[in-house]
Amino acid sequence: MSIVVDEKTKLVVSGLTGREGSFHGLRNRAYGTDLVAGVTPGKGGQDVEGVPVFDSIREAVDEAGANTSMIFVPARFAAPAIDEAIESGVETVIAITEGIPVLDMLKTYWKAKEAGVIGPNCRGVLSPGKANVGIIPAQFFDPGKIGVVSKSGTLTYQIGNELKQAGEGNSSIVGIGGDPIIGSDFIDILKLYEADPETELIVMVGEIGGDAEERAAEFIASDISKPVVAYIAGFTAPPGKQMGHAGAIISGSSGTAQAKKEALEAKGVRVGESPTETARIAVEVLRG
Amino acid sequence: MDLLEYQGKQLFAEHGIAVPSGEVASTVEEAVVAAERIGYPCAIKAQVLIGGRGKAGGIKIAADRAEAEGHAGAILDMDIVGPHGEGPFRVDQVWVEGGSDIAEEYYASVILDRGEKKLLAMVSAKGGMDIEAVAAEDPGALVKEHIDPTRPFTAAEARPIVAAAGLAEDALDDAAEVLAKLAETAQDEDATLIEVNPLIVTAERQVVALDAKVTIDGNALYRHEGLAELDAEAIDDPQEAMAREKGLTYVKLDGNVGILANGAGLCMSTLDVVAQAGGAPANFLDAGGGSKAEAIVDALTVIVSDEKVTAILFNIFGGITRCDEIAKGIVEASSQLDLGVPLVVRLDGTNSEEGLEILAGAGLSNLHQETTMLGAAQKVVELAGGAS
Repeated sequence: MSIVVDEKTKLVVSGLTGREGSFHGLRNRAYGTDLVAGVTPGKGGQDVEGVPVFDSIREAVDEAGANTSMIFVPARFAAPAIDEAIESGVETVIAITEGIPVLDMLKTYWKAKEAGVIGPNCRGVLSPGKANVGIIPAQFFDPGKIGVVSKSGTLTYQIGNELKQAGEGNSSIVGIGGDPIIGSDFIDILKLYEADPETELIVMVGEIGGDAEERAAEFIASDISKPVVAYIAGFTAPPGKQMGHAGAIISGSSGTAQAKKEALEAKGVRVGESPTETARIAVEVLRG
Repeated sequence: MDLLEYQGKQLFAEHGIAVPSGEVASTVEEAVVAAERIGYPCAIKAQVLIGGRGKAGGIKIAADRAEAEGHAGAILDMDIVGPHGEGPFRVDQVWVEGGSDIAEEYYASVILDRGEKKLLAMVSAKGGMDIEAVAAEDPGALVKEHIDPTRPFTAAEARPIVAAAGLAEDALDDAAEVLAKLAETAQDEDATLIEVNPLIVTAERQVVALDAKVTIDGNALYRHEGLAELDAEAIDDPQEAMAREKGLTYVKLDGNVGILANGAGLCMSTLDVVAQAGGAPANFLDAGGGSKAEAIVDALTVIVSDEKVTAILFNIFGGITRCDEIAKGIVEASSQLDLGVPLVVRLDGTNSEEGLEILAGAGLSNLHQETTMLGAAQKVVELAGGAS
């Protein structure tokens, strides 16, 4: 098994007719993901390299059997696109778009009751050997027993590649996104990994800003039986400065990397000093 | 994007929240003219994006023309450091406003609560001091209530909150009105933080916002033209301004090791490992996904324009980004710019072998290749010399 995406994923891409959407959508298909439809209002009836395009996600669900939606539309139109996906009846919505106004996402967050939303501003989800939905380069990850959940992209590739070099692979890699308001937090994904029989260890990659890591620490102590190894980026980040990701900002004295590390360690989670050490600890714990 | 106090107050006024009238001034002469027009006593307030201005000597009351001149002279051009070590911030402008006859000092705010995915209204009768300290010493004195972000928040809903905070009975209706308008301002203007400390009741029993701290969501500036203009004017650091112009994500720090990585997380992590190796990062620069050669030339231009930089680290893990493009950019930049400092390059991931060949073929004398992130961090710290 694996989480969020797998062989049963039937993907519809909003924005498939756009440059980024077609590039990544077709890459996902080349990896083996079952790409069943694209959606661009007004372009229904066309196709992108044989993939039928519909006017709405609802039509893609009804006519092509889509169960997972990926959002690749520009930021100012993305929240309505996520809303549309939620209402269409798909099980999972993966929003790659960066730059969605946070209050738009706040309203969208409360509309997602049945559907799980991952992102926005995320790299997507890869279940090695099964399906790839998003922009994660699959070549750095092998199938295996380690589940990864991360706010960051390249940092995850760095850690994934070190795990691969050490001979370990991944059940899934989930990018939850670097925005202040995201559909699924660490806790939501930790829950899925806990229930996934293939996952034996979880690597959690956090960064400065907000308190999702602190909340995850509490949740790990109460609800997660599998070992968790963490990494936190941003120890040298100055307060009040946004470090690339919209959510990566220390506000006053809260949201620091040090506080997150301490919260995790207080609950028995080992926290690596560097991506390299994090991968090393994960391998060491996994092999007992 | 953070607003200066006077910009926040202008926003409040647009939403019907009472603020003292005043004028902004960039020189002592302008400040004196403003003070004469406003009358005495008046407050002269440093316009910098940080709390604790009063303690730092950035807020003074002038009783007459001579004091106005003296205070404006003292405050303009001073450097203010924030309570958590932020800054220093140079004072380029002062806000001159009419003195207020203060009967009560309260605290009110509406912020984005990331954890709960709602807006959070907070009110306290203990205003005019550090609210984090109030919350730590006397948690009951800070009343917190979540606001449903999907619909308007009314004064009727605000009233129990201000009443629970123990504000004066005769000010409750007006304070509730102000709290509702603060929430409206947050929702209409895409503010993720609005803080009024102090929110005062005057001797005439009017509720007035005496300060304004406002943060606007940078991703929403496209729908707020006026605020977007303020944002463009706000950057005074030369490197940050240059980076903004070139579309790069750059944050200036105060060390001597220039840093370029791809991806925000990897870039933060690179700063951390450089610091662990004993170095001091000069900047955060995320070259972004899919970086092309020109972007690398731009990035290096910004990094070396900071004179403190004595060595540069490239930490690239190519995913969508191709290492051969990065390598071409490095070679291109080396021929266009007088880098004058050693470059440590670590390329891994997509097309890293092609990238390394391009670098080897270019025969750059100031270039050092490393195969691991940690090795690269150690090397660049060694080449950069003593931490600044």
